[in-house]
Amino acid sequence: MKTVYLDNNATTRVADEVREAMSPYFSELYGNPSSMHTFGGQVHRNIEVAREKAAALINADPEEIIFTSCGTESDNTAIMSCLESAPHKKHILTTRVEHPAVLNFCKTMARRGYRVTFLPVDRSGSLNLEELKASITDDTAVVSIMYANNESGVIFPMDQISEIVKSRGAPLHTDAVQAAGKVPVDVRKVPVDMMSISGHKIHAPKGIGALYIRRGVRFIPYIIGGHQEKGRRAGTENVAAIVGFGVACELAKKHVNTATATVRQLRDRLEQGLLAACPDTRVNGDTHNRLPNTTNISFEYVEGEAILLRLNEYNICASSGSACTSGSLEPSHVLRSMGVPFTAIHGSVRFSLSAYNTDDDIEMVLRIMPGIITELRELSPYGREVKRSF
Amino acid sequence: MWEYTEKVKELFLHPKNVGEIENPDAVGEVGSLVCGDALKLYLKIDRATGRITDAKFQTFGCASAIASSTALTELIKGKTLDEALKVTNQDLAEYLGGLPREKMHCSVMGREALEAAVANYRGEKPPEAEEGEIICQCYGVTDQKIRRVIQENNLHTVEDITNFTKAGGGCGSCIPDIENLLKNVWAEKTVEPPAAVKKKLTNIQKIALIQDILEREIRPLLQADGGDVELVDVEGNKVIVSLRGMCTGCLMADVTVKNIENRMKELVNEELVVEAA
Repeated sequence: MKTVYLDNNATTRVADEVREAMSPYFSELYGNPSSMHTFGGQVHRNIEVAREKAAALINADPEEIIFTSCGTESDNTAIMSCLESAPHKKHILTTRVEHPAVLNFCKTMARRGYRVTFLPVDRSGSLNLEELKASITDDTAVVSIMYANNESGVIFPMDQISEIVKSRGAPLHTDAVQAAGKVPVDVRKVPVDMMSISGHKIHAPKGIGALYIRRGVRFIPYIIGGHQEKGRRAGTENVAAIVGFGVACELAKKHVNTATATVRQLRDRLEQGLLAACPDTRVNGDTHNRLPNTTNISFEYVEGEAILLRLNEYNICASSGSACTSGSLEPSHVLRSMGVPFTAIHGSVRFSLSAYNTDDDIEMVLRIMPGIITELRELSPYGREVKRSF
Repeated sequence: MWEYTEKVKELFLHPKNVGEIENPDAVGEVGSLVCGDALKLYLKIDRATGRITDAKFQTFGCASAIASSTALTELIKGKTLDEALKVTNQDLAEYLGGLPREKMHCSVMGREALEAAVANYRGEKPPEAEEGEIICQCYGVTDQKIRRVIQENNLHTVEDITNFTKAGGGCGSCIPDIENLLKNVWAEKTVEPPAAVKKKLTNIQKIALIQDILEREIRPLLQADGGDVELVDVEGNKVIVSLRGMCTGCLMADVTVKNIENRMKELVNEELVVEAA
């Protein structure tokens, strides 16, 4: 049975072009880019080509990019660098809906004595910019706000955010792991100080990320050791992954406008089809400022894990914010912050598409899903109340 | 992805005894939409013999909740009410070939639905309304329930209490209260040196006592620091244990083993030596 993969905010398939570009680095081109000999040195040149491509994706200069092992490392590095650059400042400003890579890092810093403000979001998942402005103080060492949310797909107005944060003189980091490659991102237009991006969300392999550091911004390395990445990130380069990441960035940049339009069309068809076919459903989050590939739908009176495992029988892959799908029994912190009622969080399903999805994929979900929802509602003691209470 | 057994998967995809019973003799309802899982159990009971002639359910919840509901109805059909009440949440889990630890609360829910139904039949107060103070506001779990589940399932960590009752799994603000409760329950149950038995323990009694001391005293202490210990074997007076979790590779492992040995000497007999496997 064909796999219908609609969980691209979790990870993506590696593009064929990427895999082919990486392949020589697993065999003949195994040299260490730091070596003096040509055999190793030639590899170094290819890392620089990849850096140019990664920079081009977000309109940065190659010198402003360092490669890391993943989005999480980029996030941790950026925040830590800001904190260490201003050791007398003890305030961190972020949001309640960040990825755990930022959220839990900030919580750890709170245990180490920092004052952390977690900005709330409204029902549509949007920030109150006045509140953002009011929360920045002279003591603020770093502001870290994600570009787009992994669960709801909501895109924050990074142009306005960066303007506000700059006007208050605080450094700004953005976790753009979900945005870069899915929507046009331009660091010349959106003047953030640091930006984290990740390979495996844009058809590069897992285990590769990058951090953009605006020229002139003070930077203190997180991983200490050799002189790699001009002393900004130690550790022998993951050459194959870096080269693959470069190709993935190039592809993403080339296709971002056309692919986005196609993906958006498929996503809208899926969303509208499901809302029409299944009663008592709702879309979570602002549908206007949203990633073109993401839809987060709550199916009332059913539980998300049950939906996912039924879909799994048809090799359809999606994810859920339900408590039962998290290891900790904790329902999605993003949907809770948005004030989505618990009942709707339990039945939330996130579909996230990529350019590899086809009409047939969407057709398949629209054919299977309504039956699954009906069946699970029939199994549920609340199923019969559907009509009465709504 | 959860490691569900084939039995759980099968009974989730093809549940048995689904639906309502018309004019049921008893109904037991536990959980709620807000909690994320709920089970409504319907029973048909032969009034003369007190035997359950039919059992059906409606469940809102995840795969293991649905499978646990089938397990419950299959296990109690044909039993008298008193026999059925002997079915524990462990029995439900066992019927399913085991449940992931994080999903044990589904088996607890099954057991509670049964109690509620029997109370309903006998005209008693539903056990849900049992006295007690709500500890976990998110999932509405009382201290009574937490205490009972701790004892019935021999739980020693907050994580496990969340796995079995969901308490602490929402916002997490009640976790310090759960920690206190856990300490209190086991403080009441600390192993007393059984002075009289100490002289003539059979081999089986000795092993049981060693196991008991490990479970009640040693493991909670180690688990509090992210470690753990398991009893591997007892050969004469040699107790072989295996350190787990953070204890593996810990520089203090020797000290830990020595401390276990001291406590064993004190409570079981002076001759015992403890070794790490």
